[in-house]
Amino acid sequence: MDITRRDLIGIGTKLLVLGSVGATLEQITGAAPPSEAYQMADHWWGMIIDIDKCIGCGNCVRACSKENNVPQGYYRTWVERYEVEEGKQPRVESPNGAMDGFPPSTRTDVKSFFVPKLCNHCADSPCVQVCPVGATFVSPDGVVLVDESYCLGCRYCVQACPYGCRYLHPAKDTVDKCTLCYHRITQGLTTACCENCPTGARQLVDFKNPHDPVHAFLRDNKVEVLKPYMATQAKVYYKDLDGSVR
Amino acid sequence: MIPGVDGFMYPNEVELQWSLLIVLYPYITGLVAGAFILASLERVFKVEAVRPTYRLALLTALAFLLVAPLPLQLHLGHPERSIEMYLTPHRSSAMAMFGFVYLWYLTVVLLLEIWLEYRADIVRMAQTTTGLTRLVYKVLTLGSENVSTAARIIDDKVGYTVTVIGIPSAFLLHGYVGFIFGSIKANPWWSSPLMPIVFLFSAMSSGIAAVLLLYMLSMQVKKRPIDMPCLDTVARYLFYCFVIDFTLEMLDLIHRTYEADESFRSLDFMVHTRLFFSQVILQICLGTLVPLALLAATQLFKFGALARRAMYITAGSLIMIGIFAMRWNVVIGGQLFSKSFLGYTTYKVAFATREGLVPAIALMLLPFAIFLLLVKLLPPWPEREVVDAAGEGRA
Amino acid sequence: MRRLLHDAGHLVRPALVLLAGIGLFLVLRGAVIPKNFGQYGHYRPGALADIRQRPISFAGQDTCVMCHDDQAKVRAAGKHAHVACEACHGALAAHANDPSAVTPKLPETGSLCRRCHEKDASKPKWFPQVVTAEHSGGTACNACHLPHNPHL
Repeated sequence: MDITRRDLIGIGTKLLVLGSVGATLEQITGAAPPSEAYQMADHWWGMIIDIDKCIGCGNCVRACSKENNVPQGYYRTWVERYEVEEGKQPRVESPNGAMDGFPPSTRTDVKSFFVPKLCNHCADSPCVQVCPVGATFVSPDGVVLVDESYCLGCRYCVQACPYGCRYLHPAKDTVDKCTLCYHRITQGLTTACCENCPTGARQLVDFKNPHDPVHAFLRDNKVEVLKPYMATQAKVYYKDLDGSVR
Repeated sequence: MIPGVDGFMYPNEVELQWSLLIVLYPYITGLVAGAFILASLERVFKVEAVRPTYRLALLTALAFLLVAPLPLQLHLGHPERSIEMYLTPHRSSAMAMFGFVYLWYLTVVLLLEIWLEYRADIVRMAQTTTGLTRLVYKVLTLGSENVSTAARIIDDKVGYTVTVIGIPSAFLLHGYVGFIFGSIKANPWWSSPLMPIVFLFSAMSSGIAAVLLLYMLSMQVKKRPIDMPCLDTVARYLFYCFVIDFTLEMLDLIHRTYEADESFRSLDFMVHTRLFFSQVILQICLGTLVPLALLAATQLFKFGALARRAMYITAGSLIMIGIFAMRWNVVIGGQLFSKSFLGYTTYKVAFATREGLVPAIALMLLPFAIFLLLVKLLPPWPEREVVDAAGEGRA
Repeated sequence: MRRLLHDAGHLVRPALVLLAGIGLFLVLRGAVIPKNFGQYGHYRPGALADIRQRPISFAGQDTCVMCHDDQAKVRAAGKHAHVACEACHGALAAHANDPSAVTPKLPETGSLCRRCHEKDASKPKWFPQVVTAEHSGGTACNACHLPHNPHL
């Protein structure tokens, strides 16, 4: 039987696929040490969130909780529902951080929307500024992290964070918070919350990547960070964020 | 609906992070600073009238200083790692200063000053006591028994210098605590340049009140006559300090109310509801207005010694309670409202846990136990026959 | 001068105690301080490696697609093109690691679909949402809709 070019292409593709799967599986299970192809200096991480795409399903909260073993009752990310009525203070709720989504609302008489929140990975972070020992820090690639073997559990950083994204881990007695899935993004994966967002409302971005969609996003849309007057150089940008959002 | 929460809090804000023990810590260091400032009144500012309280004030400061790190240790998630503050202090963090300022103040200021002041007595007791007590005193002499007049004159001069250094050190020891709160831009109840100064003057008020009460109690227990000019002078300085403290607190309140920024509505509501008892009743009415009126009355009108003593005891006790309430209102109050300004939570004091009421009470009683020990070891009141010699030594 | 030294001699003792204390601290510090602390900033550089080595629970859709490209093709043609596999099927890195050992359970459509598609006044208007009680009256969603390409 003659081996045709088509056969060769077929065999070659299957070998390539198998090789890639193998390599990726190794990365997932951590069988090999993290690839040194990742250079911290080449990255500056952040996130973009499109309010008009968020449907409040809570998938991000559940995924983060699963990926990072977040203790129950504490939240590395959460979603808030805003109901803004003219001339009144906004009514906000976040039942269990939106872990189980939201009970459906029929209030069509008010402006209402969902706001996902997480650590803003501030470049000029007030939480890092106040840590007495250097247990929390901004990594060279822009992610604010906690060294859980060094943290004293004094909770000064929890007080200093304007966004309420930190908490004391009840079992570890150290401070915990969103790590931007550092263990994933340094291996070419995206964060658990962005992976599982069904509408693409949340997207991981790398400011140092010239081809990253963040550059067009920031240029073409009206964007805002939370509490800009705090001047923390937050790196989570929101599109179409209403002024009532706290 | 989350129990204890009204309105909306960010999900991680519902639970308070800094508890009763963190209320206790600034209160205790405040007493240290205040007691030391009273001692320095005589030593540096030559207010001779308060001399009888000098040694007492030093021992009070030491007793409270030794207990000061304990509420922090109990509060930390990992107290065994607290050495890290000495190994890798983060220079941008006010809290990192704590370890060094504390050790500096304890060793180079307080212990040194107490040693210099008591050296003659320590040497005498090392020579006259026996057994284990003798050993303790011998160790305290640090091996030198030179108590010649010339040596004691040098002690006096060095002690003066130490006290002069000690005043800004005491300000730093307690002022930095005010800065820890005052520098947090995320929290509008705390963030204020006035915070370190308010903390300092309230500390001085509570410290002077503490020494005033301890002096009266000690004289009562020892069945000695109270030196009324001394007491009147201490009360007078307490009044001055407290007037300044009151002015500063009023300035903060008026400024907040006048500017009425975004946070005001939320904070105002909190003061009228969750903080009503501790702020309005305890701190303002009972803890400030009543003692101010009492102390002002003693300054403006003539009262008999017995009446004055009763007024001083009342004013002093109310001030101490009021300053504790002030620390509570700052620390706990700052965590009761949401940073979204849309909700409030509740603080339930635990009872027998690591940060609960039981350890807090124990920690407040411990300095008095230590104080009793110190008074036994280093009696603040020299025996009659040594008074002249002591008077001679202190040129 | 000698007189002064004699009279002030006792002051040397507390100074010596203090110096001894400082010396002891410096020795202790050298022994206990974490290696390379301060290499990238005021923190322990080993923390970065510690955090990077944490286990992964979600494989990511690029991995799923490698074996399940039939379902991926169906999905790519429809409205769920940008919904990740694990968004509905749950965290399956364990399955990707050892497919035969870990077999995922098919999600129950009744509760799953409602999470996104139940009508809610807060959801953006462009998003397809129904009052499921009126829409299907309790029937399972996949009785009519194919989950990978749901548009009818």
